[in-house]
Amino acid sequence: MRSHPADYEFVSPGSIGAVLELLHCEPGEWLPVAGGTEVMVQYSAGRLAARRLVNLWDVKELCRITETDTTLTIGGGSTFTQLREHRSVQEHFPLLAQAASWTGSIANQNRATIAGNIVNASPAADSPPALFAYEAELELVSVSGARRIAYTDFHLGYKKTALAPGELLFAIHLPKRFAGWFRYGQKTGTRNAQAISKVCIAGVGRLAEGRVESLHIGMGAVAATPLRLRKTEESLVGAALTKSAIANARHVLLTEIAPIDDIRSSAEYRGHVAGNLLEALLCTFAASKDVA
Amino acid sequence: MGQERIVGTPVLRKEGVAKVRGAARYIDDISLPGMIYGATVRSSIPRGRILKIEFGEGIPWDQFVVASAKDIPGENVIAMINRDWPCLVSEQVNHPEEAILLLAHPDRHLLPKAVAAVRIEYVPMQSVHSIEESERGDVVVWGEDNVFKQFLVEKGDVDAAWSQADYIVEGEYSTGAQEHLYIENNGVIAAYMPDEGLTIWGSMQCPFYVHKSLVLLTGLPEDKVRIIQVETGGAFGGKEDYPSMIGAHAALLAMKSGHPVKVMYDRMEDMVATTKRHPSRTRIRSAVTKDGKLLAAEIDFALDGGAYSTLSSTVLSRGTIHAGGPYCWPNIRVRSKAVATNCPPHGAFRGFGAPQSLFAIERHMDRVAQAIGMQPDELRRRNFLRQGLTTSTGQVIREPVDLEGLLSRALALSDYPAKRERFDRENLGAKKKKGIGISAFLHGSGFTGSGERNLNSVAAMEATADGKLRVLVSSTEFGQGTNTILCQIAAEALGIDYDAIEIAPPDTSLVPNTGPTVASRTSMIVGKLVHSAALGLKQTLQTSGLLGEGWTTDEFCEAAKAHVAKYGALRSTSRYEPPPDVYWDDQKYRGEAYPAFAWAVYVAEVTVDMITYGVTVDDFVAVQEVGRVLNPVLATGQIEGGVAQGIGYAIYEKVQWERGRMANGQMTNYIIPTSQDIPPIRVFFEETPFSHGAFGAKGIGELPMDGPAPAILNAVSHATGDDFNSIPLLPEDIYLRLGLSRAVPAEVVTV
Amino acid sequence: MSRKMFSMLVNGEAQTLEAYPMERLLDVLRDHLGLTGTKEGCGEGECGACSVLIDGELVNSCLVPIAQANGTEIVTIEGIANGRELHPAQQAFLECGGAQCGMCTPGMIVATVHLLKKYPRPDAEQIREGLNGNLCRCTGYMRIFEAVEKAAALELTR
Repeated sequence: MRSHPADYEFVSPGSIGAVLELLHCEPGEWLPVAGGTEVMVQYSAGRLAARRLVNLWDVKELCRITETDTTLTIGGGSTFTQLREHRSVQEHFPLLAQAASWTGSIANQNRATIAGNIVNASPAADSPPALFAYEAELELVSVSGARRIAYTDFHLGYKKTALAPGELLFAIHLPKRFAGWFRYGQKTGTRNAQAISKVCIAGVGRLAEGRVESLHIGMGAVAATPLRLRKTEESLVGAALTKSAIANARHVLLTEIAPIDDIRSSAEYRGHVAGNLLEALLCTFAASKDVA
Repeated sequence: MGQERIVGTPVLRKEGVAKVRGAARYIDDISLPGMIYGATVRSSIPRGRILKIEFGEGIPWDQFVVASAKDIPGENVIAMINRDWPCLVSEQVNHPEEAILLLAHPDRHLLPKAVAAVRIEYVPMQSVHSIEESERGDVVVWGEDNVFKQFLVEKGDVDAAWSQADYIVEGEYSTGAQEHLYIENNGVIAAYMPDEGLTIWGSMQCPFYVHKSLVLLTGLPEDKVRIIQVETGGAFGGKEDYPSMIGAHAALLAMKSGHPVKVMYDRMEDMVATTKRHPSRTRIRSAVTKDGKLLAAEIDFALDGGAYSTLSSTVLSRGTIHAGGPYCWPNIRVRSKAVATNCPPHGAFRGFGAPQSLFAIERHMDRVAQAIGMQPDELRRRNFLRQGLTTSTGQVIREPVDLEGLLSRALALSDYPAKRERFDRENLGAKKKKGIGISAFLHGSGFTGSGERNLNSVAAMEATADGKLRVLVSSTEFGQGTNTILCQIAAEALGIDYDAIEIAPPDTSLVPNTGPTVASRTSMIVGKLVHSAALGLKQTLQTSGLLGEGWTTDEFCEAAKAHVAKYGALRSTSRYEPPPDVYWDDQKYRGEAYPAFAWAVYVAEVTVDMITYGVTVDDFVAVQEVGRVLNPVLATGQIEGGVAQGIGYAIYEKVQWERGRMANGQMTNYIIPTSQDIPPIRVFFEETPFSHGAFGAKGIGELPMDGPAPAILNAVSHATGDDFNSIPLLPEDIYLRLGLSRAVPAEVVTV
Repeated sequence: MSRKMFSMLVNGEAQTLEAYPMERLLDVLRDHLGLTGTKEGCGEGECGACSVLIDGELVNSCLVPIAQANGTEIVTIEGIANGRELHPAQQAFLECGGAQCGMCTPGMIVATVHLLKKYPRPDAEQIREGLNGNLCRCTGYMRIFEAVEKAAALELTR
């Protein structure tokens, strides 16, 4: 353990209002911590720059999952276990339940939160591709109130997000409109559990008369941020999923990803496997009939 | 054989209840009054001279004890085989993370900050970071020529054989470093009192190795240095030599501070600073007839030893002797060397050179089979060693050996023939290709050649004043079952219950030197000594008239108690005697290399995912002949655990080197299999009792490390139709290889 | 910064202690409460040797600041046995050879207990997944899987 506990301040205001007030009064001073599966690793390694931490784990307002006929609203403090086990997530957003099952281990899923996963903004995070596929909307709150942005507007650069100073990710809104859609999710990691992604993909789509009517694909670990593959989707919308259309989509994919060499894998491998995963997704899509 | 009551049965682990309760006390669970903590300041460069050391601000340095090489009372050396391994850097750094200074303070959490606050300026020197760079000799970093050790083993007339060959097959095979990743990191506590001397408690395999090193380092008399092994959470060879280093560090701080000192590594420090398995490169050139008879082989075997020689000569020795595999080579030449590079010295790791050279020969055999158009199992069948044939060192196999039987059994259990054929049919164009591969191998039990004779091990059995029966050995438990099997053997020999036998803590002031707990020698050799010692004790009691014709456990213990009361201490010792007709020439490296070999055939079934290029092992069959299974649950556990490590060695575990430093020193980036990665591992034993091993036992601890990697790579090569000769084999490597070429035939010259 | 008071139930006993809020639960258990059964293997939430139950949930105690464990119910390996009587999971690990060096064992048994509460009759996949955060370097997991199955059987007959 390479940090000295005495050097850190950790406060538990207990309510969302009190936390936001603290973040507002002392801007840039306080690092919010929910499950701690990211922050505590840095702390243990002696690499945590922040010295003042504010507890989100006991903020009950962040943990609710509510739904209407049209929308499922997931509180930012929902853990991956909660996502996996929630009936509506399983039914309406199975790729998100799947992504939650990919993350870390059972013990880590019991503590890791969806907001933590999003805000930590690792390009290799497990939930973003599914959130892109389902066209998630984020609700950000501060003392000034709440605002919503499309998830696709959230990641601005490597570990840079649209979260303003004093803001917290309060909830994720998911539209319940994907019943019967084709879906596909795959993760490639270093092993079957407790693996950071080398490439991960999640996609939903719908065919109409043999042509692509809708297609949303998210991909992780192939750029400085998690990606929504807009260009690749556009190259396919309205088209039939022929061999050449799929081969062409592979080319388009390479123009919108920018994989790197790092401690886990190589740019060349990532680029090629990203293409393979896209192809697998599209071939499975092509072979599917609209599933009830 | 087989009439025993206790040996051969699955009695419960001796210290098992404590372990499942969480009551077993490992070194970090122990504190002493007045104990403070120690930490190590390490080099950040691979090679160079220290110019300046500065102690930065923000740390209350006056509260710290600081020790350097100048504080070493005796020799600044951790003595292993040679004396080139410094305890602390005095002027020149020879690898990243080399220990330079030691710090101690009562506040454990302050130490990492203090370590980070020490600034060291170096004058960097050129460094060497591969076998190739080292052997080129442009930059000499050790001795005259970077070579720690060399061997030459010759049998027959290799040079004359080439002209007899129908095929000559060549290949180069390589293996990477491997980190032990015992779940418990290295740790020790040292305490020093001028009258009592130095005591060191710790996680370790060989208390007497630590003793020897610390006597030299401190200059203290032998009876003023006491080493005690405590519960040890895994070792695998990684705690064979390293505890002498960390023990020395704690001792220096204890002696300087006047307090007991605990030095406990965290995971990152343990990974970057301690020993790893030697990386290897093997080049094989072999001559074979069109009927699949091996005629000759020329093998070049090289190991990367890291910055100091430590155990490299013995790892090289074992790798050299095993380089020919379980085959009869009429002619063979093995040239081997261990060379220096600037990374932390490599050390013992389960298998100790054999996994490296056996990987090469077993991959090579498959390629030879392919070259001559023969099935891999058939080629092996035609060349297996048998009773009466000789190994590459000229050792005559005296015991019956039935490798063909092991092979047939393994092939049947794994459904190899049908699967091989089916996979061949179904793989074309498949998104998931399947393969099945074999490895056949041997592993010598015990120390090489005259090693056991030189160790001259002694074991003892004693009865205490209250009638308890105790085994006294320096053999240590670190999960493999030492405590259990030695107590089983003693109980069997004495004719009493297993529960009535205790085993003394491995405390050098208490137990005789039974040798180190390495080399798969504990069951076979130490077990035999314990057996004799126990028989001796029983005989003493019988002769004294205190025991009748038969006895219950209680009666035996009463008799022992009475004997002690009447005559004083009751102790029976037994000293190692080498088997007769064992001859070994250390100069020519010829003769009886090992008293016995265990033999095995393993089969791995794999899937190669052509989307991700990931390999999954789907099924694993391990068949081995081990002399005698002393405890079926423990023995099976040893094989399963070794296979899991072998699977990691083959397809998961990669040390990422950056100029001699391990860059991926965290569990998140050094990948071992989880419960969701491991295949069913199916273990089968055969027993051909070895007359000089305890109840016929041979060693099994290291055997399972030798087989998995070549079997898996043979399977992957089968699945893809391509040629994979280097481990660790990661998806990135498979992708690169498949992207570059179609199926590559073995490099073949047909004559 | 200053220490604060924290209270929790540990293995059924109320505990009140003074600690820095950012002390890891792992260190509080081991150093303040002397419960050294929970081990540190990696400090990064990968090996699971530090596994405990917080309010019935399996967590890595090396990643939990003590402040977040305030007011919770914690069960460590020391709280698994029923006094002198071993828990079926412990008995099964003993009989099946599920523990070799024993370092991963406390966390592995806590994870087993957690798994069996969730799935009293776990299939092979559920067992593998339930233990996927507990690394073992000695056993190759086979004896551990067998131990979990045996523990499930023992529990059902209890």
